[in-house]
Amino acid sequence: MKSISLKKRTSDKDQFAMDPDAEIDLEINSLSFAYGGPDSDFKVLSDVSLKIHGAQLVSILGPNGVGKSTFIHCLNKILEPTGGTVMVNDNDLSEITVKDLAKVMGYVPYTSSDNFPLSVTDTVLMGRHPHSKWGSIDDDLRVVHEMLTLIGITDLADRNFNELSAGQHQKVMLARGLAQEPRILFLDEPTSNLDVRFQLEITRMLKRLSRQKNMLVIMISHDINIAAKYSDNIIMLFDGGVYAVGRPQDVITSENISHVYEVGAQVITDNGRPHIVLVDDDDTDYDDDHNYHVLRTG
Amino acid sequence: MNPIESSDELVTRYHRQALRKLLVLVVSVVGVIVVVGLFSVSVYDSVSIMEAYGIIWDHIMGVQHAPRSTEWWADRFIWNTVMPRVVAAIVAGASLAAAGALMQSLMNNPLADPYSTGISSGACFGAIMALVLGLTINSLSGQSGMVVNAFLGSLIPVAIVILISKRMPVSPASLILVGTALSYFFSSMVTYMMVITDADTLQNAYIWQVGTLDTVTWESIPLMFGVTVVGSAFVMFLSRQLNILSLGDANAKTLGLDVEKFRIVCLLVMAVMTASIVCFTGTIGFLGLVAPHLVRLLIGSDNRFVIPIAMAMGAFILVLADYIAMSVSDVPVGVVMSIIGSPIFFALILWQKKGYGTVY
Repeated sequence: MKSISLKKRTSDKDQFAMDPDAEIDLEINSLSFAYGGPDSDFKVLSDVSLKIHGAQLVSILGPNGVGKSTFIHCLNKILEPTGGTVMVNDNDLSEITVKDLAKVMGYVPYTSSDNFPLSVTDTVLMGRHPHSKWGSIDDDLRVVHEMLTLIGITDLADRNFNELSAGQHQKVMLARGLAQEPRILFLDEPTSNLDVRFQLEITRMLKRLSRQKNMLVIMISHDINIAAKYSDNIIMLFDGGVYAVGRPQDVITSENISHVYEVGAQVITDNGRPHIVLVDDDDTDYDDDHNYHVLRTG
Repeated sequence: MNPIESSDELVTRYHRQALRKLLVLVVSVVGVIVVVGLFSVSVYDSVSIMEAYGIIWDHIMGVQHAPRSTEWWADRFIWNTVMPRVVAAIVAGASLAAAGALMQSLMNNPLADPYSTGISSGACFGAIMALVLGLTINSLSGQSGMVVNAFLGSLIPVAIVILISKRMPVSPASLILVGTALSYFFSSMVTYMMVITDADTLQNAYIWQVGTLDTVTWESIPLMFGVTVVGSAFVMFLSRQLNILSLGDANAKTLGLDVEKFRIVCLLVMAVMTASIVCFTGTIGFLGLVAPHLVRLLIGSDNRFVIPIAMAMGAFILVLADYIAMSVSDVPVGVVMSIIGSPIFFALILWQKKGYGTVY
């Protein structure tokens, strides 16, 4: 069915493509998703409507199982929404082929299979697949090198993907996502396995690239403070829908955190950005008098 | 490993590694040529190995020898007894290895092989139905009836798998499970037919089941060869897409690959490739699973290299195993392959786990 409608469209004129200077518009209209089809009881998202405009860094927050990844998968065609529409610069997502979409939209997943590991260079080179043509290999390799340098992993270029640590994996996948040179980049917890330095560096870099490359970056995060520190806007999901959306200072409030995550939080302001300190209501005293220690012995 | 200073360095290093991988290809091809020579001398020992190459070359170039000269006899022996076997072994080895590499990438599963969707048991079902019950399509009798039956039989399970995956999105793991279930179904039918038949037919049926090159003649070659050339060209053309699939379905989709459609097309190609071999040789095992892994252990998992090199390696392994099987006499080629291949495979895995990394 779909391939027939695709053929009609390409034969008349416009394949989906995006002017590199055009402002990005992502419009989500009453999006719903249920695993098992529209009549299933397992509804994850219902009636989500959002309008995201312009190059920026957007973070999606929300508790486990709320549907953050499902939401992103509905926006990049990994899943087909059971209701509603998604418009990318006035093009209906359901009418864009995955091939055309891959030229403007990238995705850095939370995990990747490594049954058949390639070298880091080859893995990042895959990001060039939507753009590559016969004989473009050297140019593609130059883009790969640019991204490896940007993420600071040129020393890993010849290593096999399965020999790397979780954090290095994440950096490689990030480099691959960037090598795709998308206009919209989705990332699923891109810094979850990184040490503190790289959590800051990578998130800052994503924000910088959103400006430099005129790119909309949408990332799922569990680190509220990192999200608050760098995001231009935050989408907070809860109970199958958008609970709050807007600037970090408007979304990261102790009321919202305690309602959505069911945990006490005190919000302080750091450099004009909200920063949360979690509050533990359990006041049991574990500091009893039994003896414990860890000592360096050599 | 040193960090790479410039993008030019990355480019040159990349191409240099590609060249090193091609070395394995050259070694395998040379291996095939050597075994062909040994094979020829073993059936007609009044010529030397170099003369045997000369005779094969002359035949290809259309040179006529004086009737009843040594060359004339050598030509007849080599061309009629060795060459059909050898060509069939080369084609079958290459085809099964390519189909195996394709299947493993397609299913993102190192345990997959060309028979994972039930092709082997479907083929057995068809062939043994002809052999035991004498039931053939178009009521062809004898060898050709069996070939046609095996070919069509092997396509039944794949057709079912494809129909299912067209109707609903199915994960590769479920596809393999469906294939396994179908395998069991057809295997039980085969077992039943083998139980009710007499001893002679049983032996033939059994030999067919473990695979043999004894029954191959020049008439078998054109179909095998044609399908293999077209099929493997197609698989090599898609090797970049297969690489992308190794990152998982979701990743592949966001890199622009229509995963479901791609999988169906590849399954079809793989099925026809495998069926065209299996219907002549029976179900030769081991090769489709192991040849791609051997190559991956040597040169890494990039399908652009794995597929052509695995084809050469598969051809080499099968020709060599058949040569050894012929010399020892009465041992099926599949048995030889497993007895010699398993320890080598095992050693390579240990070698890699010891931390030598990829072996180049």
